[in-house]
Amino acid sequence: MITLYHYLALSAVLFGLGLVGLMIRRNLLIILMCIEVLLNSANLAFVAFARYYGQMDAHVVTFFVMAVAAAEAAVGLGILLVLYRHRQTVNAADWKVMGG
Amino acid sequence: MRIAEGCNGKLYIRGVNKNLADIVIMISFSNTYLYLIPAFPLLGFVVNALLSMGAARRGKGFPEIISSVVACAMPTLSFGIALWAFCILKGLPENGVLQPEPLFSWISTSLIQIPFSFVFDHLSAVMVLVVTGVGSLIHYYSVGYMKGDVSYSRYLAYLNLFLFFMLLLVLGDNLLVLFVGWEGVGLCSYFLIGFWFTDAEKAKAGKKAFVVNRIGDFGFLVGLFYLVKTCVTQNTGEAPLYLSYSFLISHQEWFLPIATVMTLCFFVGATGKSAQIPLYIWLPDAMAGPTPVSALIHAATMVTAGIYMVARLFFLFHMAPLTLHIIALVGLATAVLAALIAITQYDIKKVLAYSTVSQLGYMFLALGVGAPQAALFHVVTHAFFKACLFLGAGSVIYAMHHEQDIRNMGGLFKKVPVTAFAFLVSTLAIAGIPPFAGFFSKDEILLNVYLHAPLWMYVTSLVAAGLTAFYMFRLFVYVFLGHERKTHNSHDHHEEHHSSQVPWIMDAPVAILGLLAILGGFLGVPEVLHGSNHFHHWLSFLTEGVEAHHVSHSLELTLMAVSTGWALLLSLTSLKLYSANLNWTAPLKNKFAPLYQLMQNKFYVDEVYTFLIVKPLLGISRVVLWKGADQKLIDGVLVHGWSGLSQFGAQALAFLQTGYLGHYLVLLTLGVVVLLVCLLGIF
Amino acid sequence: MGEQFFFYIFAAITVVAILLMIINNNPIASAMCLVFAFFALSALYVLLHAPFVAIMQVLVYAGAIMVLFVFVIMMLRLRPEDLVVDRWNAKNLLLGGIGVFFVVVVIQVLRHIPLLAFQPVDPHFGSPEEVGRLIFGKYMIPFELISVTLLVALVGVVVLGKKEKS
Repeated sequence: MITLYHYLALSAVLFGLGLVGLMIRRNLLIILMCIEVLLNSANLAFVAFARYYGQMDAHVVTFFVMAVAAAEAAVGLGILLVLYRHRQTVNAADWKVMGG
Repeated sequence: MRIAEGCNGKLYIRGVNKNLADIVIMISFSNTYLYLIPAFPLLGFVVNALLSMGAARRGKGFPEIISSVVACAMPTLSFGIALWAFCILKGLPENGVLQPEPLFSWISTSLIQIPFSFVFDHLSAVMVLVVTGVGSLIHYYSVGYMKGDVSYSRYLAYLNLFLFFMLLLVLGDNLLVLFVGWEGVGLCSYFLIGFWFTDAEKAKAGKKAFVVNRIGDFGFLVGLFYLVKTCVTQNTGEAPLYLSYSFLISHQEWFLPIATVMTLCFFVGATGKSAQIPLYIWLPDAMAGPTPVSALIHAATMVTAGIYMVARLFFLFHMAPLTLHIIALVGLATAVLAALIAITQYDIKKVLAYSTVSQLGYMFLALGVGAPQAALFHVVTHAFFKACLFLGAGSVIYAMHHEQDIRNMGGLFKKVPVTAFAFLVSTLAIAGIPPFAGFFSKDEILLNVYLHAPLWMYVTSLVAAGLTAFYMFRLFVYVFLGHERKTHNSHDHHEEHHSSQVPWIMDAPVAILGLLAILGGFLGVPEVLHGSNHFHHWLSFLTEGVEAHHVSHSLELTLMAVSTGWALLLSLTSLKLYSANLNWTAPLKNKFAPLYQLMQNKFYVDEVYTFLIVKPLLGISRVVLWKGADQKLIDGVLVHGWSGLSQFGAQALAFLQTGYLGHYLVLLTLGVVVLLVCLLGIF
Repeated sequence: MGEQFFFYIFAAITVVAILLMIINNNPIASAMCLVFAFFALSALYVLLHAPFVAIMQVLVYAGAIMVLFVFVIMMLRLRPEDLVVDRWNAKNLLLGGIGVFFVVVVIQVLRHIPLLAFQPVDPHFGSPEEVGRLIFGKYMIPFELISVTLLVALVGVVVLGKKEKS
């Protein structure tokens, strides 16, 4: 029997994986992709709750989240391009301009 | 016919009497005019202070004549009003006073109400007349003495301010107004003693005067607090307390249990102000100030503040016989000590300074044996002859172009005849030779000492009186007689911007004071000599309720003869010995060398104080308070500590800001995890 | 029964794909793994009776966003030496541990919440019509705002991408 709990657990695992990836990887591209994973895990949780409560509002929210994710991915990649133009590297460890 | 109290607008002439004061013309005198008495000097101070500050700004002084006229007119006007008020007071019935409405309500709470008001009774009348009269003369003298000084206006401003405070002191209706004046004269003496402050020694002298005065003031304050506290606790009614003198007198039974402690505290204040043991050390050093200052402050007025205060509160002191004993002993000891030191001094002003301390000791001795009238009589006569002596010394110093060592003087009798004559008269007065002023006042004191104190005290005071005569004539011989010892080498480099001739404006006050030194005694001629002792009766209210001793005339005459003979003996001896050979004491000095050393070095009292008190205090101030508390604690811990803490905190936090994206993400995650754990409260 | 089987299959695929994505050195490979994961997720959405969301997932995520990623990766023309190699070291393991810890915490929380099984829903649940009804009804204003957001992102990216005049 698959209950809501299973889906939420899966969502947590995915979120955790995304977090770990975020912290471990230094390649900016991978980091951006991990952010997408985070968002997706949230989406999964939303939809599971929608199914549980029998209300479709969460689907709409999911829709919006996707839109935001798209916008964010675009802007993030744009920033990455600008950074690459300056230093020819996608290594997050190369950038410590804001350090103090 | 008498005049009713509260006199307003009545024209009245009484029968002509040989005493001028009995002719009274009252043209709407109002009690409020009493407030003008200190107001005039205050105005003089303001004007002269502005002139002085303006001069400082301008770079050069205003014409001296403006300052002189303003500064001299003010005390003269005050004297005039005081005289007027005195005449009216004289016409009032026994124990009448002139009491104006309070000027303003100073402190007004539900517990205590203290208005700023004056009272002009017999005691304050005496003091005001002396202060304004002698003060005016000294102002005129100063015009001549300080002529050409850079800070001329400042000097006159301070002099006027001093008079203002002194008048507040003696006119005040309650102890708080007295205290304002008390503190104020201490402040002004600091200003005036350290007048030429560019000389570090002189500035130090001013500072010493103020600090030592302050120590006395602390005692006075403690007494004052004690008094107020007792009043507050004893006050059963709902009405607030007034604390004026009349109030204190009418409620004096409240103070019976605490009388000794309270009066001792007040006496401490008096020792500071009136230079008794142990706080007399500032007065000899105070000679660093200009000579008219010494005359005014340290002969005639400020130092008498202590005596005035004790006399004013005599009804309290009367309840504390122990305090009176102590006062008498301290006074006697001071008189003797100062006389011993005076014999060995070679600075003309220092001799006079120690003489002042000694005479003040006499006055306290009189107070201690229960004769405030005698003490105050001596205050008046002492004001006359001591001011004359000081001003005379000032004229001598002026004529000698600021030479003060008597070994370099001599033969000045022909050079400054008026001064010399006045000096002689005053010396005779201070020695206690009839019919000069000092004889009557000193004799009254000695009589009271004989009657109310053990015999040894009488003998000691007699010895001290003899010493006084001795050293004063020594001074006279050194300065005025013999031939000129002044070497023209010394002080040639000193600018001689005036001639050796003493100007008339300096001679006149000296002459007037000399005259008063001759005549002043006749205020208090005792009955045995067929006088009516006006002075004693004028102030008899101070010892109301105390039974008077009846003295046999023969006893009185005997004592008078003894003291006169003794004084004459020592005066003539001194005159003869010193005229013959100024250094006749040389073999004595060698034989009793250690004793002589002791006396000449003022018994090393200053050194002892420095060692015992000043050095430890400075040491503690430096090590504990400055280095320890101020530098380490306040600067180190409180200021640098906090800034160090912020810096440390900032550095610690900056450690977290590496600039690496990855690190930030880790911190973010950690934060979320911690938050979750805390909020959800698992485990 | 079938639901259970499909759930576990697709869940496993998702997790493995994402794991591979994280570990991979090659960005293109990572992107491809991610696409795979998205597809699996989409299937999960279907299981959850949300067909519209499932379609959207494929269309937007796999179809647009990941395509964008791949475009950018190819545009960057990364050489092998540019690729960042993250090794297995203590720091990374520690960080992995933190992640695991986090997951464990959340699952512990979930354990304590009584959650029941899904109730049956009517056939129209999750259909585009219903979603549309909601979007253009209740969530009209957020919808408009989202369009503004997209516009803003568009403009921003264009500005960011402009070459500097030098």
